[in-house]
Amino acid sequence: MSKIVRSNKRRELAEKALDKKPSLGEDIDLSRYSSTAEEHAYQEKPSELPAQDKAQLMKVGLMLDDASQRSGTFVQIDRSVVHSSTSQEGVEVLAVTQALEKYDWLQDYWWHAVSVDQDKFTAQAEIDLQNGYFIRALPGAKVVYPVQACLYIAHKNLAQKVHNIIIAEEGSELHIITGCAAHPMSASGLHIGVSEFYIKRGAKVTFTMIHNWAPEIEVRPRSGAILEEGAVFLSNYVSMKPIRSLQMYPVARCIGEGAIVRFNSILVAPPGSHLDVGSRVLLNAKGSRAEIVSRTITTGGTIVARGHIAGSAPEVKGHLECRGLILSERGTIHAIPELKGEVAGIDLSHEAAVGKIAEEEVEYLMSRGLGRDEATAMIVRGFLRVDIEGLPPELAEELKSAVEVSEKELF
Amino acid sequence: MLSVEGLHVETHGKEILHGVNLSVEAGETHALFGPNGSGKTTLLMAIMGFPRYKITAGRILFKGQDITQASLDERARLGIGMSFQRPPVVRGVKTRDMVRACMGGREDDEAVASLAARLNMGDLMDREINYGFSGGEIKRSELLQLLAQGPDLVLLDEPESGVDLVNIALIGQMINELLQKELKRNRTRSGLIITHTGHILDYVNATRGYVLLNGSVVCQRDAHECLDTIKKNGYEGCVKCLK
Ligand SMILES: Nc1ncnc2c1ncn2[C@@H]1O[C@H](COP(=O)(O)OP(=O)(O)O)[C@@H](O)[C@H]1O
Ligand SMILES: [Mg+2]
Repeated sequence: MSKIVRSNKRRELAEKALDKKPSLGEDIDLSRYSSTAEEHAYQEKPSELPAQDKAQLMKVGLMLDDASQRSGTFVQIDRSVVHSSTSQEGVEVLAVTQALEKYDWLQDYWWHAVSVDQDKFTAQAEIDLQNGYFIRALPGAKVVYPVQACLYIAHKNLAQKVHNIIIAEEGSELHIITGCAAHPMSASGLHIGVSEFYIKRGAKVTFTMIHNWAPEIEVRPRSGAILEEGAVFLSNYVSMKPIRSLQMYPVARCIGEGAIVRFNSILVAPPGSHLDVGSRVLLNAKGSRAEIVSRTITTGGTIVARGHIAGSAPEVKGHLECRGLILSERGTIHAIPELKGEVAGIDLSHEAAVGKIAEEEVEYLMSRGLGRDEATAMIVRGFLRVDIEGLPPELAEELKSAVEVSEKELF
Repeated sequence: MLSVEGLHVETHGKEILHGVNLSVEAGETHALFGPNGSGKTTLLMAIMGFPRYKITAGRILFKGQDITQASLDERARLGIGMSFQRPPVVRGVKTRDMVRACMGGREDDEAVASLAARLNMGDLMDREINYGFSGGEIKRSELLQLLAQGPDLVLLDEPESGVDLVNIALIGQMINELLQKELKRNRTRSGLIITHTGHILDYVNATRGYVLLNGSVVCQRDAHECLDTIKKNGYEGCVKCLK
């Protein structure tokens, strides 16, 4: 009974927010997009997905032919969940609609880390929920191989709306690789993705998201994470392909002592792309720590790189590093690092730098026999290299190869 | 090997070198002395081909070819290599990447590893190049890169400054390796070494020495005699000697 009352309330809030403009980023006229798409058939074997879609999915790090290095797989095309499976004890991977039916308690997590009435996009995700994934590590489970998840737009002009829930129960360890992509012919589309992370006491989640959209896709992720005592959240985000517009500002809240958050993002804006991406960490518990690192490159597009760390508890520590490289006469990078301290005895710092490649560095490499272009490419490769502390070696390797694949297309 | 003829060089809108002449034969190593600001670094940078150092008159011949108009990377590929006094930090680029780049197409991880081990540089290989390096580490890293590159003409800008006495022998040994000192005859590689202190001459076999004062070569004689005179009379002595 109470469950229905609560969800009615959420629906009301969502309805009121249906026209609420986003606080950041360009507003989007949702009537331009359609909410319907043909159904796609469920595949027992992900290897049997259509060849062209498969090729796109592999580019964002999915292993579909041999998933022995994965502990679970989730694939959604347009509105349809076409595959979901697990291959390791202790980890659950379900379509989120299925999980809502299976677990009453899931209501307690639904819209708990993200507000349903934040803006028109969250409201839409509530009113017209299509699906999304539910990934959960059971208490104490150490999930060795990553779970892979993919959200894919195939239908032209679709507004895809998903709601994902990730739960790492006490003492568990979970790695997730998620890739988002669009069919090369889908031309235009909108992706609204709500993701809520709940990382319980002593649990650890590494989440690596690779976006590989198309030049006419608009993307509005809405993510929030809640960390309990001693929890660790490492989030890596990569978007290096043309995309019409992307705006996201995930927020992690450390509510338990000693929780640790690290956000890394690698963003490239080709001409015509507009990216407004930030990460925010609220250090609300004693001794919690945050590190936000972003590397942004424009080859002609616009990037707003935000970062925000707020400390409201003793002995918290945070560092924000925003570095931007302008590789074209026309590109713009606007770095906006913010720090807020509300108590004494905290340690927050930031460094931000935006500029062209230093000629002195190019010449140094040229004096070793590299041509100008080779020298520039090497400096850019170095710039994009973020050594991520605490990332398991296989994941670091995956991230590296994802960056390298896109990097080749930069020049 | 190298012949510099009547070289005038300008940087930041000011002429620094006013007609420098010198020549280094194959297999020879020469030393370049001179007080701070006399134009020593400018001369090496101009020979290497850095665009900020503009050659306004004169020419540079390398292996008989006029390279005055050749670009920096062309000169490197023709066989000129330089170690820098203060090389820039390149964030994210590791020493290992630099050494590999220096090897051009001949990349060989094993060769790189053994070279690094021999030079006691193993732990520097995975660090970002020059980032937080001590003075001595910079010198060793520069020489390691040159060893990987294997140039026929080696330009060294104060390779021993800031290096402690223990490491100076190691630096000397590396330079000798670069310049094929072990070959008693038929040496093909040449060197031009800037030395402010002259310490490095205890280790390497330099024949001729030049004194550069205010952008001109004022003296040219045996490198060790040159150093002795400077030690005795200072650079003022060189000025007097001119008269
Ligand atoms: N970046 C610069 N801007 C202005 N003047 C410079 C610059 N670099 C060198 N110079 C000038 O060129 C002259 C020669 O400098 P340099 O070749 O570095 O001398 P050395 O190596 O003998 O100490 C000096 O007078 C110095 O002030
Ligand atoms: Mg100098």
